[in-house]
Amino acid sequence: MAALKKSFQLKSRDFIHAGEASISVQNMLKQIGIESALIRRVAICAYEGEMNAVMHGENGSFRIEVNTDKIILDISDEGPGIEDIAKAMEKGFSTASEEYREMGFGAGMGLPNMETHSDRLDIESEKGQGTRVVMRFSLSPGSRENKTGQSA
Amino acid sequence: MKTQDLIDQFGLTAAAGKAGIDREIAGGYCGDLLSEVMANAPIGCVWMTIQVHQNIVAVAVLREMAAIVLAMDNQPDLETCEKADREKIPILLYNGSSYELAGKLYAAGIVNETADE
Repeated sequence: MAALKKSFQLKSRDFIHAGEASISVQNMLKQIGIESALIRRVAICAYEGEMNAVMHGENGSFRIEVNTDKIILDISDEGPGIEDIAKAMEKGFSTASEEYREMGFGAGMGLPNMETHSDRLDIESEKGQGTRVVMRFSLSPGSRENKTGQSA
Repeated sequence: MKTQDLIDQFGLTAAAGKAGIDREIAGGYCGDLLSEVMANAPIGCVWMTIQVHQNIVAVAVLREMAAIVLAMDNQPDLETCEKADREKIPILLYNGSSYELAGKLYAAGIVNETADE
């Protein structure tokens, strides 16, 4: 099977469209019959990554690739970068503004959620150089339901 | 119980997303931190929150929720309603607290099954 790829551009602070890439990915995975528990994990990671890029980044890009053995989410931006990745991974740590916190973001759960729900999380970032977050999800033969794409 | 029954029984008002009100409710969740709700809300639940901006709709779609309830008389932003209509996610208004409505829902038999993963 050829790899299935899709990519989206993410605009900084564009809350009107924020979340649409993740919803589109969710629909795509349903259509190709990925099992629902895995779709839900991918959806959590996609949403967190997308919101991070929209809130903190500039010129974000969001790509998904579905291979025979894995799903890869690759989200990057040209934002301020992460100064201390280990610190950013701590639950509860956030650099979100007061405005974002009032919207219910900035609880310091985004990166921990991505780590918990992906099989592998890689973050490349440098202060002032942007951030790239790559999440991988293993696809076992049982991860695909029948071709109709029906989920429970 | 379906979302329409919820509206009828507990005096909620549907502000948007009315095309989705015949969905079955599979549990409930209260929360105002979006990442927390995204990670923990049961699939198919009714979500009680005081957040009113449009990003609540994406969370509801991604968690395949039956409906969002805005508690404490909070009103949705216009963009939230437009998005909810597009995604067929009912936005319901309730003038009491999330706690109060959650208690009523629980008493009516809307309980959460085991965590989804």
